[in-house]
Amino acid sequence: MRGLVLAVLAFGLIGPIAAGLWVTARAGFGLMPAIGATEAGLDPWAALFGLPGLVTSLKITAFTGVVSTLLSLVLALALTAALQPRLSGGRAARLLAPFLAIPHAALAIGLAFVLAPSGWIARALAPVLGLDRPPDLALVGDPWGIALILGLMLKEVPFLMLVSLAALTQIPLRQHLATGRSLGYGRAAVWLKLIVPQLWPLIRLPVMVVLAYALSTVEMGLILGPSNPPVLAVLLTRLFFAPDTALLLPASAGALLQGALVAVAFALLWLIERALALAGRMWVCRGGRGRGLDPLLGIAHALGFAAITLGGLSMLALLIWSFAWRWPWPGALPESWSLRAWTGAGPGLARAFGQTLLIALATTGIALALAVAWLEGEDRARTPRAAWAEALIYLPLLLPQIAFLFGLNAGFLRLGLPGGLATVIWAQALFVFPYVMITLSDPWRALDPRLTRAAASLGAGPWRRLFTVKLPVLLAPILTAAAIGVAVSVAQYLPTLFMGTGRIATLTTEAVTLSSGSDRRVTGAYATLQMALPLAAYAAAFLIPALLHRDRRALKGGAA
Amino acid sequence: MRLAIAAAVAASLMTAPIRAQDWQDTLDAARGQTVYWNAWGGDGRTNAFIDWVGKETEARFGVSVRHVKLTDTAEAVTRVLSEKAAGRDTGGSVDLIWINGPNFLAMKQQGLLHGPFVADLPNADYLDLSPGAPATVDFTEPVEGMESPWRLARFVFAYDTARVDAPPATMADFVPWAEANPGRMTHPDPSNFMGATFLKQALIELAPDAGVLQMPADDAGFAAATAPLWDWYDALRPNLWRGGAAFPENESIQQQLMNDGEIDIAMYFDPAAPAAAIRAGLLPDTARVFVPEGGSIGNVSFVAIPYNAANRDGALVVADFLLAPETQAQMQNIDVLGAFSVLDPGKLDDAGRAAFAALPDDPALPRIEDLGPTLIEPHASWMTRLTEAWANRYTR
Amino acid sequence: MSLVLDRITLQPAGAAPLFAPLSLTIGPGEIATVMGPSGVGKSTLLDAIAGHLAPAFTLTGAVTLDGRDLLALPAEARRVGLVFQDAVLFPHLAVGDNLAFGLTATVKGHTARRAAVEAALAQAGLSGLHDRDPASLSGGQRARAALMRSLLAEPAALLLDEPFSKLDANLRDEIRAFTFAHIRARAIPALMVTHDPADAEAAAGPVIGLTSQGDPA
Repeated sequence: MRGLVLAVLAFGLIGPIAAGLWVTARAGFGLMPAIGATEAGLDPWAALFGLPGLVTSLKITAFTGVVSTLLSLVLALALTAALQPRLSGGRAARLLAPFLAIPHAALAIGLAFVLAPSGWIARALAPVLGLDRPPDLALVGDPWGIALILGLMLKEVPFLMLVSLAALTQIPLRQHLATGRSLGYGRAAVWLKLIVPQLWPLIRLPVMVVLAYALSTVEMGLILGPSNPPVLAVLLTRLFFAPDTALLLPASAGALLQGALVAVAFALLWLIERALALAGRMWVCRGGRGRGLDPLLGIAHALGFAAITLGGLSMLALLIWSFAWRWPWPGALPESWSLRAWTGAGPGLARAFGQTLLIALATTGIALALAVAWLEGEDRARTPRAAWAEALIYLPLLLPQIAFLFGLNAGFLRLGLPGGLATVIWAQALFVFPYVMITLSDPWRALDPRLTRAAASLGAGPWRRLFTVKLPVLLAPILTAAAIGVAVSVAQYLPTLFMGTGRIATLTTEAVTLSSGSDRRVTGAYATLQMALPLAAYAAAFLIPALLHRDRRALKGGAA
Repeated sequence: MRLAIAAAVAASLMTAPIRAQDWQDTLDAARGQTVYWNAWGGDGRTNAFIDWVGKETEARFGVSVRHVKLTDTAEAVTRVLSEKAAGRDTGGSVDLIWINGPNFLAMKQQGLLHGPFVADLPNADYLDLSPGAPATVDFTEPVEGMESPWRLARFVFAYDTARVDAPPATMADFVPWAEANPGRMTHPDPSNFMGATFLKQALIELAPDAGVLQMPADDAGFAAATAPLWDWYDALRPNLWRGGAAFPENESIQQQLMNDGEIDIAMYFDPAAPAAAIRAGLLPDTARVFVPEGGSIGNVSFVAIPYNAANRDGALVVADFLLAPETQAQMQNIDVLGAFSVLDPGKLDDAGRAAFAALPDDPALPRIEDLGPTLIEPHASWMTRLTEAWANRYTR
Repeated sequence: MSLVLDRITLQPAGAAPLFAPLSLTIGPGEIATVMGPSGVGKSTLLDAIAGHLAPAFTLTGAVTLDGRDLLALPAEARRVGLVFQDAVLFPHLAVGDNLAFGLTATVKGHTARRAAVEAALAQAGLSGLHDRDPASLSGGQRARAALMRSLLAEPAALLLDEPFSKLDANLRDEIRAFTFAHIRARAIPALMVTHDPADAEAAAGPVIGLTSQGDPA
């Protein structure tokens, strides 16, 4: 069983990613016979660096990616420290779920309206400041990428918090906190000196995922990032879709550069880790009680509250826009209301919704089946998981998507496989499987082994144990993993764009396309649905086990 | 059935006998096909019109239309190109493209188009296809039947009469206007068609000799012709929105900025667009159209069929349906889309003329005589060079 | 009907065997007791017999049940029942369904199976609790339900892992008597691991004291 899963992963995951990277790499060095490029050389790199604004684009990409990741990490840790006593597993999941559920694109679209000079915040301030016209300030798409950093943080802080809270269950937190504080250390100091160093190895991989994403996001960069020049991933996507096929070569070189940028950032992260470990040890040994640090937790608290407010406003803004008719400056609410965004966009909206739902269910189903097969295979082989397997699972999340998606698409075309629903489902599954696997494996391994032993001793074979004991007992975490799978699938933009050859219109591709259009109301309708789908999945993941297990006390609070 | 055959025979005797039979073959072959129409998807009213077209062709000819919404037409060109590169010469994923200008030139030069086909369309009879007519030239590139017109485009500006007393009268006047109203205007990024058109409109007015623009650009000619343009632009840029450091991605975003009150001037390639936008609640009621004194650039939007289109017959049926007088009247109806018809009014029959005469009016809809003369698009090489030169000058 | 352990040793990877080779024969209705300090490998011994030995351990020797070689069989085919110190009822199933899960498949038909379950519940003094959440049962009720679940599977032997240690003192005697009575009534061999000398006394069978290998104590 494990062998089968490994084979599926090798042929379905590693093979294609490697092949995609290979095609991209060859094109990056001038070899792409399909467009008549047969001479290997550095011309694509020369062309790439000849692009106006490339250096600025690189700088802004590195800056936004690294700064957003570091700030997200710091804020997530501080918030975890500040809120941890009140956030048991289930509660945290419920509180953070909406933020995890909103696709990046929808959040970005909403946030852009909240922040813009003519947006909600400015409108609220206009009467106070006496503004008759929106200020001419670059609040969205600013040259420093502050809006982009903010948008990324709104998505990544909740993710890192959830990861941290999950990792904390593996640390004797209560005892360490009590010990530290009885020795006279402040709460924040105990966290910094005792807890974070233990936590870090457990959350390093997720942080790297966040870093890789922040450095290579297309949809958020497109909506919130600077435009002239844009961040690297946006620039590359434009090159890949430019009419002049010769640009595919510098675009491929750029995709390699994107990969190198992520690698350099990982190296930087490692250096920071080493430096902090050294400095930290000296700091710990000096024995300062650091009680003055505690107000920082209060600041984190306030920032967390501000982030929740900002995220909530973004979601609300989308919803309101979808029911607005005229909403001119400086009105805080629409002047007139209408259902036309929903009714007028009817057939397209319904089709995109159906398509999105179908793809989400298919990818989640595949990913769940694979994850269960993998974990069950481990149980049956009675072997613990190998470290390389962990890395394997994370691989698609650590590579910039653009680096292999183009090669993958080109490879598929050469094999005569038309892009379409099947390829999109498969490509999305590459990204959905890791999240499902990561979410499911901890609760799976935490399952009381005596349950399956008792079942075996009662004569239940392996399949009966799986279907009548393990899966039902693990229903809540399985549904949570499924909800995360749906959320990840719904949010996918580049894989759908590249592998669907433009024919597969999902809520996300449509919302991103519409965000470059003029009708915020229709965009609002698409983005609202785009949020609603994963939110519904999360709600189902909480409600179904609660309903099915309403009379089963031992399974309550087990959700997520 | 017999009657239909008789009618077909009669028709074939009266007009071109071969064409009628061929067209019937096309209609038969098209039945049941789904046409993947790749078209820019940033305008809701156009999207709705394309939906309507699909419903009609489905009902009338059994041809359904799937609108593949593009953020940039170039995406479809790339798709066909990569299919050709991969040797996929049949069963291609793109059946019909809304296209013109450089994208058409690129596809035509690289042999990516099916055709000539326009003369085979029955409704092409309503077009003026005489040499030099607007429907036969696309950015100075001869169409030669490789793409079929469907809507007329004129470059116009819109401004908010509630905020602006007098819009600039000429392109040169934009400099003092922006100086007096800093931050209140911008243009789409010139990598976008509309942004490039703004520069071209200025180039036509400012170039020492506008005649050279009709020929392919070379280095020396380009430098000489654009020198005044860059002087003008350097004077204008500091007073643009965001100090000329950031630009809206396209005209839709620009319109949104105007609707949000961030800027006072918007640009369109469709004189009816502002009126349509007002009706759609996307512009204030006070928005009106203006055109520089010397007139403005105009062209025709076309549809083309890739050489490897999987549903070529269906695509032909859709292209023909777009040219039917009732389709064109529906399109020109300000309540629907408001885009000007490409048909030659002189060739319409009574029913066709009546359909156009019955169209509703709108205060924000300019009369054709308000628009001044139509300036011809420069050769496509000028646009490519302008875009590159602008990027090199202003992207740091 | 007897359970035979023949020169059993258990060796963790890279370490000395846990205890000296163990040989033991348990007859029908007989309850053998294994005692010994924590960590000596009492529970591991039960795991080995039931078929749940962790892969880190190497098992030598032989285990037969009525002449069948147990070690060659997967856990579910050994017909060896297992009773844990805290019952381990399936949390997603109602009390009755837990018992039905155990009830041997040879009892066929919905009515017959339901009747068998109800009868077992009645025997255990759990009548009327068929649809209850196992989490809502008291400790004694849980222990009785777990034992009945094991017995309904018609095991050929029963392993008891500190079965009474979590029960209150006053309950312990009652449950112990209940459990032993059922084992004797069915005449199956049973092996019990415990810390409590009173358990061994009540079992009235052979008592094996395990001592760790190479440990001078």
